[in-house]
Amino acid sequence: MSHYEAPIRSPLILGEKTYHDITRDIAKPVESKPSRQWWIVLTIALLAFLWGVGCIIYTIGTGIGTWGLNKTIGWAWDITNFVWWVGIGHAGTLISAVLLLFRQRWRMAINRSAEAMTIFSVIQAALFPLIHMGRPWLGYWVLPIPNQFGSLWVNFNSPLLWDVFAISTYLSVSLVFWWTGLLPDFAMIRDRAIKPFSKKIYSIVSFGWSGRAKDWQRFEEVSLVLAGLATPLVLSVHTIVSFDFATSVIPGWHTTIFPPYFVAGAIFSGFAMVQTLLIIMRKVSRLEDYITVQHIELMNIIIMITGSIVGVAYITELFIAWYSGVEYEQYAFLNRMTGPYWWAYLAMMTCNVFSPQFMWFKKLRTSIIFSFIISIVVNIGMWFERFVIIVTSLHRDYLPSSWTMFSPTFVDIGIFIGTVGFFFLLFLMYANKFPVIAQAEVKTILKTSGESFKRNRDIDLSDQK
Amino acid sequence: MPTEKIYWKNIKQLDQEDDILHSLRDREFPEKLPVDFFQSSDQKSSEDDSNTSRRDFLKYVGFGTSAVVLAACDGPVIKSVPYVVKPEQIVPGNANFYATTYYDGYDFSNVLIKTREGRPIKVESNSDAPKFFQTNARVHASILSLYDTKRFQLPQENKQDISWDDFYGKVRERLQTLTQTQKRVALITNTVLSPSTKTIIEQLIETFPVIEHHQYDTISSDSVLDAFETRYGIRAIPDYDFSQAETIISFDADFLGDWQAGGYDSGYAKSRIPKGQDKAYKMSYHLQLESNMTLTGANADHRIVLTPAKIKQVLAHVYSVVCENSSIASITDGQIGGLVEKITSKLSDDPVGSVVVTGIDHIDAQKMVLAINEKLQSRSFKPQTPLFLRSGKSDTIDKVIEGILSNEISGVLFYGVNPVYSHFRGDELAEAIKSLELSVAFATVPDETTNVSEFVAATSHYLEAWSDFNPTTGYYCVAQPVIKTIFHTKEWQQILLDLIEADIDHLNYIRRYWEVNILESNNWNQVVHDGYYTKEENSQLTEDDGFEINVQALVDAQDYPFSLILYTKTSLGDGSQANNPWLQEMPDPITRASWDNYLTISATDAKRIGLENKTNSFGALDGSYAKIRVGYNELEAPVLIQPGQANGTVGLALGYGRKEGVQDEMQVGVNAYRLLLDNQLVQSVEIIPLNKKLHEFACIQLQNTVMGRGEIIKETTLEYFNTKEKDYYNPVVHVSKNHIETPVSSQEVDIWTSFDHSVGHFFNLSIDLNACTGCGACVIACQAENNVPVVGKREVRRSRDMHWLRIDRYYSSEITFEKDQHRAEDTSWFSKAYGTFRELEVAAENPQVVFQPVMCQHCNHAPCETVCPVAATTHGRQGQNQMAYNRCIGTRYCANNCPYKVRRFNWFRYNKNSEFDYNMNNPLGRMVLNPDVVVRSRGVMEKCSFCIQRTQKTILDAKIEGRTIRDGEFHTACSKACTSGALVFGDANDKDSEVAKLKEQKRRYYLLESVGTKPNVMYQVKVRNTTVS
Repeated sequence: MSHYEAPIRSPLILGEKTYHDITRDIAKPVESKPSRQWWIVLTIALLAFLWGVGCIIYTIGTGIGTWGLNKTIGWAWDITNFVWWVGIGHAGTLISAVLLLFRQRWRMAINRSAEAMTIFSVIQAALFPLIHMGRPWLGYWVLPIPNQFGSLWVNFNSPLLWDVFAISTYLSVSLVFWWTGLLPDFAMIRDRAIKPFSKKIYSIVSFGWSGRAKDWQRFEEVSLVLAGLATPLVLSVHTIVSFDFATSVIPGWHTTIFPPYFVAGAIFSGFAMVQTLLIIMRKVSRLEDYITVQHIELMNIIIMITGSIVGVAYITELFIAWYSGVEYEQYAFLNRMTGPYWWAYLAMMTCNVFSPQFMWFKKLRTSIIFSFIISIVVNIGMWFERFVIIVTSLHRDYLPSSWTMFSPTFVDIGIFIGTVGFFFLLFLMYANKFPVIAQAEVKTILKTSGESFKRNRDIDLSDQK
Repeated sequence: MPTEKIYWKNIKQLDQEDDILHSLRDREFPEKLPVDFFQSSDQKSSEDDSNTSRRDFLKYVGFGTSAVVLAACDGPVIKSVPYVVKPEQIVPGNANFYATTYYDGYDFSNVLIKTREGRPIKVESNSDAPKFFQTNARVHASILSLYDTKRFQLPQENKQDISWDDFYGKVRERLQTLTQTQKRVALITNTVLSPSTKTIIEQLIETFPVIEHHQYDTISSDSVLDAFETRYGIRAIPDYDFSQAETIISFDADFLGDWQAGGYDSGYAKSRIPKGQDKAYKMSYHLQLESNMTLTGANADHRIVLTPAKIKQVLAHVYSVVCENSSIASITDGQIGGLVEKITSKLSDDPVGSVVVTGIDHIDAQKMVLAINEKLQSRSFKPQTPLFLRSGKSDTIDKVIEGILSNEISGVLFYGVNPVYSHFRGDELAEAIKSLELSVAFATVPDETTNVSEFVAATSHYLEAWSDFNPTTGYYCVAQPVIKTIFHTKEWQQILLDLIEADIDHLNYIRRYWEVNILESNNWNQVVHDGYYTKEENSQLTEDDGFEINVQALVDAQDYPFSLILYTKTSLGDGSQANNPWLQEMPDPITRASWDNYLTISATDAKRIGLENKTNSFGALDGSYAKIRVGYNELEAPVLIQPGQANGTVGLALGYGRKEGVQDEMQVGVNAYRLLLDNQLVQSVEIIPLNKKLHEFACIQLQNTVMGRGEIIKETTLEYFNTKEKDYYNPVVHVSKNHIETPVSSQEVDIWTSFDHSVGHFFNLSIDLNACTGCGACVIACQAENNVPVVGKREVRRSRDMHWLRIDRYYSSEITFEKDQHRAEDTSWFSKAYGTFRELEVAAENPQVVFQPVMCQHCNHAPCETVCPVAATTHGRQGQNQMAYNRCIGTRYCANNCPYKVRRFNWFRYNKNSEFDYNMNNPLGRMVLNPDVVVRSRGVMEKCSFCIQRTQKTILDAKIEGRTIRDGEFHTACSKACTSGALVFGDANDKDSEVAKLKEQKRRYYLLESVGTKPNVMYQVKVRNTTVS
């Protein structure tokens, strides 16, 4: 690999780093004892998780009636949370697969954590289709498995079934992709491990990585193949999730714009979540040299672009509702804006369309604090987007006699908080025991994009002149 | 010598020394068992000798463990006792129907009782009966009262169960003492319709001459009875046949409710369906003047909102014009003048086809109506067959109660009445009864009166009892028991017979009475089979027409500053079935509120007084409380703003606020009987707003207007219906395909291939919006047929009612629905966003009203079917959309995707769950369940099935009998319960069937046709007989 990179490209690795520095920096959080803050946050996450588990047990034991749903609004927080978590889970594949294919090297610092976040959030998402069932113990009936019921088969027409396939495919491909990337890094930690127990564990999870040229060759091939496989998934998963709504007959759901709009929204919220997590992690795990302001800026640009795409989609929806001339459609959208849930619509619009526009200003998009705030705002907005789509469409559909409203119970809220807790629980454990940056990959760009190498090369080049 | 003989089986056995034989005889297992391994080492012969392998050990352990586990898994033991001698008529799995008669002093109906394995499970109307075949919601629900856990199981003395012998002994002794001491004893019953019971009462009075019999109607019909008596010499209610009416003028007569004992809606509905040749359709014209919004007013072509006094004035003037009485002053009020002119001109157009009715509780008003109808020679007015369903005299009752209070009366016997609850002096009465020398209440269930009575005679439920009735001239009915008494109860007539030691059982008494007095030479068994008996009889009406009417009294009528108008609800009536959860949960057809009574008030008055209605975060309705002061009586009741309520009036339903014998969950509402001073339904009232927490209503419908959506409610006027083309009043939505306008009903714009329904049956249901009065009998019939659970007030409030069939009620926001539609279509996008839609959400002050029964539409392209991941809901061969509960995993996607929102989810387990302590939570209450319909478990979706168990039964019966199915045989529970002809069910493949014809009618439309669901339920456009719109 050539060690040349255009001088206009700013370095991706800051400081005077050697290969060994990288190894040390990245292994450090794994090898050192977790800090006090880590324990505090972990305890909070654990409590939230346990609270959620309690609420889930209560739901399964008593019935879906413990939620705030009613005869008109059959889905609310459950599917809102589901779509929200799936959306968040989108950034991982995009970063690792699409950006890999596009040879975007800046992805190397963030792809590991983005993928971890993907997997953890897809786990949260996968929980909801299961627990929202009236009889979750029969949840396996949605799988097309041979059964004792004779020719009884699943309904391949149902978008919910497609969801099952989409989510499970996505989860498994993401997991394999993630783990494949982890192999050399696990091996690195294994080789550095002093304690026999951790050596044993890391040697198991690194699947006997030996670091031979053949290993590297296969690693590269598998990464490329998986990236190729995963790229369509970026588009397919949220497209299929959007089919849950788009193929229905409910005004506000029955919209052909949903697939691209959902994908854009998913990337939008996924990047925002990556942003939220990495801004904390780079600080806590002292990874500022690897996850640089440039990384944050680039992600902010993506957030801005996808946020604007989503904004265009919102406006298009309104236009099409008016243009269609269908009174139910028109009402559904006017009701979104001006009906009893106007505040949710306003929250969605402000957070998703308005707030990312600040990223046009370089000063703001390079500000870490501001980026952090916006990333949280965006995720709130994206939650409201799903709430708006699901609840405001359902609560006033065709027959006014059935119109109702929705209000969550403590169980609805508890389960949501529980999944947030579960997510952070997983992520904190990951941050403590996994190499959070793909060090093997980062090392490959050290010579080209490392600050000191770049500077030295520039000096060399000017000397030659 | 051994005395015992030894038999040997073969020769070898003789040889005692044979080894093989020896071993075979002594050892159960001839081969060595591999048990050595378990023996302790000292028992072991040697290690090598052991045959026990590790495998064997595992086998034993495995077998032993699984045997123990299996033995521990004991299935629930359900004891079923087979018939030793099977009754001839009972075939397990087959229903038996018995004709009987419902009468509780308030409702009267000829019914059929469906029993399964000897267990009554459903009430149906006896459609063969020429009269009283109309079965309202309360009668349908009465089956559940049979299985009321609160029922008396034995007679009681001071609330302790005693034996019948003790009861008879004690009561008889008391009566004898009272007779000897010449103290007055009052027997207070509801209106006695039974000719044989009347003679039993006479016999009772003969034995105990101190007893005086008084009939007490919970809600008095004095004015009409007095008026009729004055005019015709008989204390009865005039009958009306609305089916023959062409013009109906109603002065505050809620004849689709409980007006004059009710039961007029099927006749009315007949006159409301446009009939005749194309372009010359005819239907009746109905003008209603009223203050409360009633079911009748909601169905009227024109509804005029007036205060009670103004209605009286209009009636007086109409009377003076029609009957040419010029003694009164001319009209000064312009509105009244206009109305009088309109009404009189309508009446003079077609006097014979017109009918005037009134519900004004004033004898002169009633007399006027009799006079007007006589003068018109109205076809619909039938004084020759008066109804005997009410005969109480409230002033007599008031005197009796006064007598009890003043100790002039020393003993009292109650039957079928609950005056402690229903009389305005009930509280005083309760105290007085406690100190009487004798108080006996004949009752099936505890109530306020039994609560204070010394003795309670446990009477049988009407389904366990014989009785006979004479509701009208020449018409007799029989009630027969359909089940053996569940508890140790007796028919009340039997108790009377036993008390006088008549030594005859009630059945024989009735038979003997009938054979002597009624039957002539006809067969008693036939009468019991039919449930009714008609006979040529003439009412002895006095023919002279001189009767005085005080017209001036009505002309001078003045309104109270604020009038309270007491009424009865369709669901609970007089309140005797307050412990019936089906009725409590049945929404009021007008307000759509369940589990409550409330003060209905106009929006203007509410604003003026400072009362409000609000919706909470999950959409439920909350209302302020108000103090209602009538005379010295005060009540606190919640307020519900009612469109169409006359300003200056408020309405309040009777029949609520029951406490005794009513489960906690059902102790709802306030007892408005306390405000029924002097038995007058209109009272002067003071309304004081209360500043306390808002009342929580449980409304099944929260949005009251139709938002100008013309595709949901299609309606037109008779004028347009007769002059315009179908496209004008019943247009099909067009969509553009390749820039060509194509109707949505066309196959061209359908993305699905249609099902082939040409073979076999194809079930369709037609709902005529003109005939549907909104009475709700179908709602309860459906609940009874399909084991629909009761969810309680809290859950209804959370919009989780489980009714498979609901009757949507819409108000217009403008003065008509047509104007609503224009408003929604013609305003710009911006004004819609900021105003128009919000204004359309609010009902007009005096709105048009429409009722629309909605159940599963059984779409041929059902949105629910495509989205179910496990194919739990699928399309049936016969056109139904079917739901496999066992397969359902409860994703609720189908309910979300249903444009009609008819799917109901089991949010909780509604049976055997003490959180839902209604009939499904006790073994007695579960007896009412229909064994043909599964009780749904928690977490599954359910919905209307087109009563597939009924259609399938019809098909199988015809198959067994080897015949084709006749039209009219197929029925769903709702279509069977609908006596007004609004719901017609049948096989659309049978081209001669009624439903197939209705499918071709010009009025036929499909609900939300533009969605493309192709439903198998169709609606018929509502036609209003109005010329101006």
